[in-house]
Amino acid sequence: MPDIQEVSVGELKHLVSERAIQGETVLLNMGPQHPSTHGVLRLLLELDGEIVVSCIPDIGFLHTGIEKNMEAKTYQKAEVMTDRLDYLNTVGNTLAYSLAVEKLVDLDVPPRAQAIRVILVELQRIASHLIWLGTAALDVAAMSTFLYCFRERESILDVLELCSGQRMMTTYIRPGGLWRDAPVEFEQAVRDFIKIFPKRVDQYEALLTRNPLFLDRTLGIGKITTADALNFGMTGPGLRATGLAWDLRKTQPYSGYEQYEFQVPTRAEGDVYARYLVRVQEMREALKIVEQALNKLPLGPVRSKDHKFVPPPRSEIGVSMEALIHHFKLWTEGFSAPKGSVYSAVESPRGELGVYLESDGSPKPYRVHWRTPSFDNLQAMPLMSKGVLVADLVAIIGSVDIVLGDVDR
Amino acid sequence: MDKNLQTIVQKLEKEYGATVSEARGEVSVTVPAEKVVAACELVQGHGFELMSTMTAVDYWPQENPRFHVVYQFTSVSQNLRLEMRVPVAGTNPSLPTISHIYRNANWRERELWDMFGIRFEGHPDPRRLLLPADWEGHPLRKDYPLGYEEPQFTFNYEEIDLRKPYAKE
Repeated sequence: MPDIQEVSVGELKHLVSERAIQGETVLLNMGPQHPSTHGVLRLLLELDGEIVVSCIPDIGFLHTGIEKNMEAKTYQKAEVMTDRLDYLNTVGNTLAYSLAVEKLVDLDVPPRAQAIRVILVELQRIASHLIWLGTAALDVAAMSTFLYCFRERESILDVLELCSGQRMMTTYIRPGGLWRDAPVEFEQAVRDFIKIFPKRVDQYEALLTRNPLFLDRTLGIGKITTADALNFGMTGPGLRATGLAWDLRKTQPYSGYEQYEFQVPTRAEGDVYARYLVRVQEMREALKIVEQALNKLPLGPVRSKDHKFVPPPRSEIGVSMEALIHHFKLWTEGFSAPKGSVYSAVESPRGELGVYLESDGSPKPYRVHWRTPSFDNLQAMPLMSKGVLVADLVAIIGSVDIVLGDVDR
Repeated sequence: MDKNLQTIVQKLEKEYGATVSEARGEVSVTVPAEKVVAACELVQGHGFELMSTMTAVDYWPQENPRFHVVYQFTSVSQNLRLEMRVPVAGTNPSLPTISHIYRNANWRERELWDMFGIRFEGHPDPRRLLLPADWEGHPLRKDYPLGYEEPQFTFNYEEIDLRKPYAKE
């Protein structure tokens, strides 16, 4: 049996204060199996009584080598791995990857596919924020919100299942369009959700927004300024809660976001409560986008006609020699991308989700790098949690909204 | 190219000997390794508040340069993006740290040490980030094999289990 190495204070001397080495403060391990760390995050806390002197995150427990694995697969097959990164934003991950591949090989996406992409990604944003709302409220002991949030999330996952056959690992958005057109029941299912959801958000707000217990746990906790947030690479709702309206859907629109009217909610305080308000408002805005996109959902194809990159429809294979050849080539060798590199980013529920893709001209990506928002947001967490109580630290972890699959990749 | 971007790119060209390329609407500058810190300070001084990401590409078996370290900067105030590439040689690859300029470079540089074996001089916390401390090799290098696991079925479960490298009771 191999020896399991123990971590000694000597190794971490440069991270903790002098008082910890003298034995005046206590070093306490929180996680990796701790319910409030939202997965497998380990925090090494230096405590002075109940007060956090410093907090050292230790990550990598969910590292799965996705970047290395993607290098060994063709562009189409590598996409399946993207769902496994941020498992609460699976549609968003495939969108980020598809946009990067489309930029690399210069593919056009039909308008119907773009609109369906936007609808699904925004629904996924709501689902992700619902999980966040449920678990973050649970961390500060609001149990019932959790149950309500998961009820609504399930109806969103039903829509994803309707389209792709899968609740979570959808791989529905493909380079050049979608896997297939949305079924006829799709529109009604989304309309039903649009009808009930605003009332449900009101219900969550009735439970939390003016709840004195919730306010006590969140107001003024975990403050961060805009300059610090940017310097730590923080993006998404955490950055917008410091007062900066930076949203890639507005500033660098993709997939036709420029056609839709929506607000970018911001707050100036930069604390846990501000992050809560921003996310709740974002759910309402996301629903507005879904409704607009559904109202003007164009008809037409959902996949690019460029069969050098997108497989031809099954019906053509039996009658067209060329389609048969394309189909065979695409599923054996795959398509080759021209040499070069691209960086393409989308606004995921957690912030800037970027894909760096480099091609050497072969059918497999030479290098895929994921700029995952949770990774950088988590780095800012030690700064937010200096001098707070351990109980408040739990509220701060919840408010940052980390997904460990997104951090560790 | 955007006007503001042009000024900074020209400065990088003139002062630090950078070469500029533009492809697919993205501007990329290649800066020599010894000028990284100064170039990053210049970039930050010109309104690029956010370092979106930092990664590396391994061009093995090419040796000089074997790696490219790629920085992606974002200017929130001017809505611009800039890529900076830094070639790094294959023997004892190292670069000066920029974690005092962009603080999120701290984990990114640890990740690059972990995955590519690129040292960052002056880094405040030069440990591995994602892999265990006693891991051998740097997985994202191209000469590191992908690896695999033997699938276990009922007929060969125990046989494979015996030689599986994990801690047992």
